[in-house]
Amino acid sequence: MVSVPFHALRLRSRCIVPKVLMRGNHALAEAAVRAGCRYYFGYPITPQNEVPEYMSERLSKLEDGVFIQAESEIASIHMVIGASMAGGRVMTSSSSPGISLKQEGISFLAALELPAVIVNMTRGSPGLGNIAPAQSDYFQATRGGGHGDYRTIVLAPNSCQELVNLTYKAFDLADRYRTPVVILGDGMLGQMMEPIALPPEVQIKKLPHKDWILTGAKGRPSRFIRSLLLDPFEEEEHNWKLMRKYERIIKEEVIWETSFGDDAKLMVVAFGIAARIAKGAIKRMRDEGLKVGLIRPISLWPFPYKAIKELTKKVRHFFVFEMNMGQMLEDVKLALEGNGEVHFYGRPGGIVLTPLEISRVISSYYYQKKLG
Amino acid sequence: MIEIDSELCKDCKLCISVCPHRLIESSDRMNQKGYYSASFIEKHPKKEGRKCTGCGLCAISCPEIAIEVYRA
Amino acid sequence: MKKIFSRPKSIKKTPFHYCPGCGHSILHRIIGEVIDEMNLQEKIIGIPPAGCAVLAYLYFDIDMGEASHGRGAALATGMKRVLPDRVIFTYQGDGDIAAIGTAETIHAAARGENFSTIFVNNGVYGMTGGQMAPTTILGQATTTSPGGRKQRRDGFPVNLSEMLAIAKGSAYIERTAVNSPANILRTKKAIAKAFRVQMEGHGFSLIEVLSPCPTNWKMEPVEACKWIDEVMAVHFPLGVLKDITGDKRDAH
Repeated sequence: MVSVPFHALRLRSRCIVPKVLMRGNHALAEAAVRAGCRYYFGYPITPQNEVPEYMSERLSKLEDGVFIQAESEIASIHMVIGASMAGGRVMTSSSSPGISLKQEGISFLAALELPAVIVNMTRGSPGLGNIAPAQSDYFQATRGGGHGDYRTIVLAPNSCQELVNLTYKAFDLADRYRTPVVILGDGMLGQMMEPIALPPEVQIKKLPHKDWILTGAKGRPSRFIRSLLLDPFEEEEHNWKLMRKYERIIKEEVIWETSFGDDAKLMVVAFGIAARIAKGAIKRMRDEGLKVGLIRPISLWPFPYKAIKELTKKVRHFFVFEMNMGQMLEDVKLALEGNGEVHFYGRPGGIVLTPLEISRVISSYYYQKKLG
Repeated sequence: MIEIDSELCKDCKLCISVCPHRLIESSDRMNQKGYYSASFIEKHPKKEGRKCTGCGLCAISCPEIAIEVYRA
Repeated sequence: MKKIFSRPKSIKKTPFHYCPGCGHSILHRIIGEVIDEMNLQEKIIGIPPAGCAVLAYLYFDIDMGEASHGRGAALATGMKRVLPDRVIFTYQGDGDIAAIGTAETIHAAARGENFSTIFVNNGVYGMTGGQMAPTTILGQATTTSPGGRKQRRDGFPVNLSEMLAIAKGSAYIERTAVNSPANILRTKKAIAKAFRVQMEGHGFSLIEVLSPCPTNWKMEPVEACKWIDEVMAVHFPLGVLKDITGDKRDAH
């Protein structure tokens, strides 16, 4: 199994590693292909159109590459299901309203235990909303908009490089656990351009053999893949089986990052692009002597509850900053279990603050709480 | 000659309706599922010299694959 | 005495759960016969619908993958693109394909996706208790068209196969029935030809099969079969709607 450890590329980037300047959407598509993805089914929706556009070009140049612009987001998620049943590494991408359309399919992927990567470049919502960046799909991603007791692994990058790293890793996670993985990005990450170190190409032939896929019953008994279990006892056991898998994922796959945490009096909690903006704000505030730190969940599911709770040994004040009306906020409160004080500042609808603007909001709260 | 698996039969009567020699009738015995299954009456005294030709129309019509057909 | 008719190898010995006189049972068997005769058991993958035939994998001894309601054509597209040398078929009811699944089916046909669809048309939503379907004809009573389908309230029925024949990617579209031995044999030939059309890479193939639903039509099976001839086939005429191969020979 080939998997690029999260930190490895960052270390390498301190050496002379060739980098390309790439737009986030293009970079994640390239990372997917290098991770062995040969099947992409998508549909146009801003702000992720560059993903199907890139894939249409890139996959057409590969002998075994398949690109289909489907007739809808519903059709594309079901093409993902078919291709995954047949054993392929497969991806789809969309943005908020399109991801809503895919929810039944995602529930099916989880129930059928099929690997797949689903990319959401979040936009202003609800409804048609707008095409500006937002983070208002946190609930949809982590609580599922689909029916039933299931989880998907949710990874939230905050830079183009991380978008590449996490997309690349997502295919391994999906295969390893036979589960769908959501890359929760946003319109800004998709559109911005940064220097990227691209990961190496996976050798598809060397990937582990899948002994459960549908290929025609040659040399073996026929098999079927289904999620209909009319007997409630069987359906219950299937749910417990999924839970046991999710428990393994919770134990092994939590990812988060802490910055400036050692002497912080106030910890900002943010994910994705909001965390990137917060990092800039925290640098400014540190320059002015404010003791502010950041904890950044990178896996939104499984969520780093323990890591946040750990902080309460040293820190009492938490400042949740998200580009929504308060979604990750609920997980932070769950993590704190009543310890500490949580303040929430959110901007929905596609508003993107600058680091200066958010630093003023955080500083104001810092002084208001007399933390200086 | 045909053999009808009476336990598979659901008494849809399609075989009865297609047999050109009228050699299939509903039995007066219920099977396990509660159906009066179809039965082949070649040995029945009242059949007046009609013989099964092994045409297979009954088996082709049977939804339950309950009929096997033999031909000389 | 030689046995000339018995259960196909690719149909398991499990007794069907379908109603007495149901078309699904007959169709399953003849598909199994085609799979046996064309030696496809090791390379065929089926996609059952949401509907009475949702449990088709209990009866067919082949690889099968479940689709959510209506999306069989999308699954088949994804699957066939990954495994172009296998034979992929969807098995869909009239609600599955001509209501919720219409977009996926039309676009698969338009793209000329190289799989086959068996469209089981019994004019109702069978599994859910006999509601009106896109192919319920005017005047036909169902649980959601009490007193009979009325044009003003319920609109016209849908002739999906005729629509699909227009799609440039459709290679072979035929409408048959399973209400008589002659029609059953014709259906079997049509299915075999659809698989051959797929294997030769001509494009999308679809066989629409008029099928009795005695329970929801509230008729005896023999009466239901007559109703197909006398009423249903008038609105859904049997015959070849499209055939780009021009091939008149039997598939095997």
